[in-house]
Amino acid sequence: MLKPAAIVGQVILYGAFAAFIGYFATSPTYHQIPDDVALIKLSISHLGDRDCRQRTPEELAKMPPNMRAPMDCPRERSDIRLEVDLDGQEVFRTVLHPTGLYKDGVSTVYKRFEVKAGSHQLTVRMDDNLTKPGFDFVKDEQITLAPHQVMVIDFNPDQGGLFFK
Amino acid sequence: MSFHAALRNGTKSVFLRVEEAFDAPFGGQDNPLRHLGAMGLYLLWIVVGSGLYLYTVLDTGIDAVYNSIGYLSQEQWYLGGVLRSLHRYASDGFMLVMLLHLVREWSYGRYYGFRLYSWMTGIPLIWLAYIAGIGGYWIVWDQLAQLSATATTELLDWLPIFSEPSARNFLSSDTISDRFFTVLIFIHLGVPLLLILGLWAHVHRVSQVDYLPTRRVMLATAAALTLLALLRPALSNPPADLATVPGELAFDWFILFIHPLTDLTSPAIVWSLLFGLTALLFALPLLPHAKAQPVAVVDPANCTGCDRCHVDCPYAAISMAPHPDRPGFKLAVVDPDLCASCGICAGSCPSSTPFRRRATLLTGIDMPQLPVNALRQQLEQALEKLSGRTRILVFSCARGAQAMPLASADTAVIELICTGMLPPAFVEYALRCGADGVVVAACRGGGCDFRLGERWTSERLLGDREPHLRHSVPSSRLLVLLGSAHDSGALANTLSEFRTRIETLGVATDRLPPYLRSASHHA
Repeated sequence: MLKPAAIVGQVILYGAFAAFIGYFATSPTYHQIPDDVALIKLSISHLGDRDCRQRTPEELAKMPPNMRAPMDCPRERSDIRLEVDLDGQEVFRTVLHPTGLYKDGVSTVYKRFEVKAGSHQLTVRMDDNLTKPGFDFVKDEQITLAPHQVMVIDFNPDQGGLFFK
Repeated sequence: MSFHAALRNGTKSVFLRVEEAFDAPFGGQDNPLRHLGAMGLYLLWIVVGSGLYLYTVLDTGIDAVYNSIGYLSQEQWYLGGVLRSLHRYASDGFMLVMLLHLVREWSYGRYYGFRLYSWMTGIPLIWLAYIAGIGGYWIVWDQLAQLSATATTELLDWLPIFSEPSARNFLSSDTISDRFFTVLIFIHLGVPLLLILGLWAHVHRVSQVDYLPTRRVMLATAAALTLLALLRPALSNPPADLATVPGELAFDWFILFIHPLTDLTSPAIVWSLLFGLTALLFALPLLPHAKAQPVAVVDPANCTGCDRCHVDCPYAAISMAPHPDRPGFKLAVVDPDLCASCGICAGSCPSSTPFRRRATLLTGIDMPQLPVNALRQQLEQALEKLSGRTRILVFSCARGAQAMPLASADTAVIELICTGMLPPAFVEYALRCGADGVVVAACRGGGCDFRLGERWTSERLLGDREPHLRHSVPSSRLLVLLGSAHDSGALANTLSEFRTRIETLGVATDRLPPYLRSASHHA
């Protein structure tokens, strides 16, 4: 039979156990980003261009009839150059490499930038064929970000290339 | 002393002090700190039981999942809400208990030798527990789930394992489908199943496993968590919205602490910490540690195949095989890798009785570092030297209360590897060979370093377990004290009181007839 003091002691200790769990299961609260900050997520997954060339009629004639593809495209994909400027300031510069052992996979990037909420001038430039000069895709836009808003920079050739969402 | 040894000893000292303080209200068997493994298993069963109910009522759709869980808390708070809260709080309790269990076992040096297997199989369970816990939060699909899902995938993407960043799955609400939650629930069921399988392996080489704590502990824990569930029910945060970053959130620090840690540092640092800690835990057994003691040795000529050592061994190190020389008989076989060198088997062997006729006492299973023959010789020599009005013999555990300083002209002390190695007949033998009283100083209840030593000792001396102390031995002349290394003062006081009690017996009528081995008819 438990003594009254032992019962009181057990009640206190079980209570402390429950209180400890109850408190740290919800508290202290967590703020991932400050209240006046928004998030820009740069997330692009894209196959770099291939450096194709037109086969000559002589070359095609030497090939079996069923394999006479007019273009000769290597398996490897080009690196992708990507630049992001915010309000005229460089915030990100990178060259993405294709994945895969034969460098024939997609080039990907995922970055998040915390920026002050409000209006900003956002410029994104992407070149998916480094053998040609200049950028193939450029998106320059005035954006307005609300506090805690998430804006995504993505790329989809079917949607005209770079887009903000 | 190395830094690691100093840190370990310091932590052990803290654990010992707190455990012993908890002994006052709880007692050894009900002390949760002494049964953290069983507590963890119990909390896991609460998680599994409450989780099964939640699974049956969960609607796996992007909006439906949030609403169906919200329904439990709002409309069905008396059942579904309580079970949901129990599910969460028991999970948090499991994490807490698991962490304490890990630190306690490390501080007690239980990570090498015969405990290596349990240590190694325990480490992956930590990962499984956190994978299951973090995944469980995603199912609610509230803002906390959103934060966790995004932060976890961003953390995973730092590792070169995905060809495309997995965080792209959480860019916007149109990238998530109902199928996602089906997969998530499948994982949330599968990982805990793996965890249970891993737990089975974790305790596989331990016998007499405490799968559950005592009924009193279970009831009290369930009552405490249920009360918590009623007073502070687990509720969802606002629904997930991938177009915004969640604001201030009620946060579960037991399971999701990794996200603030990543925000505070970087994925590289977090992964380095996680892999580094895991590698460190795996490598701990390689660090310098105490030398292994000689393991139990079976003497086939004296082993009767009675099975008692096999039953009593705390680490399942003994198996029974057909006796090579006696058809129809069995023989104990010791697995050296599993043997803890505690000697509990020698204490359980019926052949270990000191009343046997042979000049050299040979038993069925024995400890090379302290054979029962040496124990009998030590006892006889000690009793011969004793003088004074009341001669008391103390059998003490080397890891329990310090008895050696109590040795004096009228008090002899024999230190044992564990009191579980004491064959009960030695108590009667001591009383019949000149001792007026015998003290057995075992470890505190639930505090035996070899798990079961103090329990088997008490049960054998009380006559509840074979081999038992004969009932003809007067209980007034035997004292069993359960004490830790911090109870040396209590042992001295108890010994003094015991002596006074025996002395007040006067010319006692309960004295056993003397026995002189060399003059007995057996000799």
